[in-house]
Amino acid sequence: MQKRVPLTTSPPRPRWSYARFQQHFAPYIFTSPFFILFLIFGLFPLGFSLFLAFHLWSPLDGLGNWQYVGWENFQLALGARDQFWAALKNTVFIGLLAGVPQHLVALPLAFVIHQSLRRWQGAVSTVLFLPYITNAVAITIVFGMLYSERLGLLNYLISGLGLDPVRWLGNPSMVPYSVAMVVFWRYVGWNVVLYLSGLQAISEDVYEAATVDGASSWQKFFYITLPLLRPMMFYAFTLTIVGNMQLFEEPYILLGQSGGSGGAGLTSATHIFNVAFRDLDMGYASAMSWLLFLAIFVLSMVNNYLFSRGGGRS
Amino acid sequence: MTTQPAPAAPQRVQSTPPSRSNRWRLPRLGRVILWAFVALACLLSVAPFYLMFVWASLPGDQIFNVPPHFWFGNAFAENIQRMLVATDYLALRYFWNSLYIATLSTVTTLFFCSLAGYAFAMYDFRAKGYLFGFILLTMLIPPLVMDIPSFLVMNNFLHWIGEPRALWVPGMANAFGIFLMRQYIVSALPKSLIEAARLDGATEFGIYLRVVLPLIRPILATLGVVTFVASWNNFKGALIMKLSDTTTTTLPLALRKITGGATNVNVDWGANLMLVLLTVIPLLIVFLFASRQVISGLTSGAVKD
Repeated sequence: MQKRVPLTTSPPRPRWSYARFQQHFAPYIFTSPFFILFLIFGLFPLGFSLFLAFHLWSPLDGLGNWQYVGWENFQLALGARDQFWAALKNTVFIGLLAGVPQHLVALPLAFVIHQSLRRWQGAVSTVLFLPYITNAVAITIVFGMLYSERLGLLNYLISGLGLDPVRWLGNPSMVPYSVAMVVFWRYVGWNVVLYLSGLQAISEDVYEAATVDGASSWQKFFYITLPLLRPMMFYAFTLTIVGNMQLFEEPYILLGQSGGSGGAGLTSATHIFNVAFRDLDMGYASAMSWLLFLAIFVLSMVNNYLFSRGGGRS
Repeated sequence: MTTQPAPAAPQRVQSTPPSRSNRWRLPRLGRVILWAFVALACLLSVAPFYLMFVWASLPGDQIFNVPPHFWFGNAFAENIQRMLVATDYLALRYFWNSLYIATLSTVTTLFFCSLAGYAFAMYDFRAKGYLFGFILLTMLIPPLVMDIPSFLVMNNFLHWIGEPRALWVPGMANAFGIFLMRQYIVSALPKSLIEAARLDGATEFGIYLRVVLPLIRPILATLGVVTFVASWNNFKGALIMKLSDTTTTTLPLALRKITGGATNVNVDWGANLMLVLLTVIPLLIVFLFASRQVISGLTSGAVKD
């Protein structure tokens, strides 16, 4: 064997150079802001909140003056004396009322836009996306005006059809529907945009192959489009679940802190907000926020389970 | 926006003439029905905005008219005047407060997120995978769980309650932004470009500033708009951090306070709707300016894994 001769002779490198030093440390420095901020505004608060969930404390008492109560906060929430269950039930009910139709409308809408509106796609998705970026307070105030019992536009239209006016915000059994309508309106477009991008990611080759095999339009939709859209549907469902379980602005603006007549619009987020910032019972509020976290986690897991069954994961 | 990296065109072996077979060929009536469905959805999306403008242009006593007005009135200027008087000319102050917080939030978020995203995309360093995984994991924490503890940190440790920085500092370097940036930089910037700059003697931060930043403008626009809009719309944060002084209060908070919720009919709706418009118009401007970029940027982050 011949001895290898280096093709180029590089000058001997110094053991330490500023260039190499900063190259080595740059990524750590560049990513450190996140970790520093997370430590101060994320990890520490989370730990503190978990600690408080087992204590009785008001922020006015000052640090250190907390009283250990064990699982009492959790027991109070899960017992019948508090509104926790009622609020959770309202939240899930409103979430379903807004969430299920959202996807039942968004999916076909996205499909129609994708199939037959190619040239107008951009404009249409911009228009449908508008509600998503709007200020919740401002738009909820406008909806509140639409819901006005005697003078609102909705009841005007309804009376035009010869029907009795609806007490949108005055009737406890109507309240969840009124809140859900605002939520539905705000997020349909966002889901359409998600589904649209999912549809666009499906390769046309698959459809062409199916056509060659003689598949009908319906077959293509049910056996190609839907299965290939599963990951996006899972993502969109998850966002809806996580978002709807934390519903706050819409009911708060429409109905006030109490959740309106009969408390039918009192969501978990509003209830926790009231306990924390009106009653200043931070330990109890912390315990409830962890219970809500658990509820969100369980629902997400159920969603995950439903989607992972029978394959289709990518 | 043509600056998006063009995906490689699918290599298609064309044995048959190109067909549009994957589209539905519907009879005319069917197509008309489908288009009507889309048109109705668009109409319903826009209707509240339209009504907002119509109502804001009507004299206060005609807003809740029966039968309602569906066309613009001539009290627009008068309502602006009434809003200014009703808020003691503080409406502009609220507007400025919102703008101040949203701008600071946007600038700092863009800086820190792109810096971190660049590091995760272009450097190899120890524990990189774990660190990035950890960042993604933090996205699973529902914001609601953070409300109480972050209030306590601001109230009992940092004493930032009532101060604007309580709203923009915690989110400066956030997981979503870093993730979005990293995804884009991985697919849009060649590593050789960074190497070339390095050979030319640029410092690491210099490369980020002079090479990376100018090349990732599209995704900066996406994250910028998203951050601005989120900060501008942040009602709960301002409520919790008690930005209630006229010198600090933001538009959404002032809006809620002044209108007293949504169902009170006995207030000056002409003036109030102007405040609603003042809250919504900047969003419309920002969004219409960059909607395509925002939508494509957001959804590309959603599809890629």
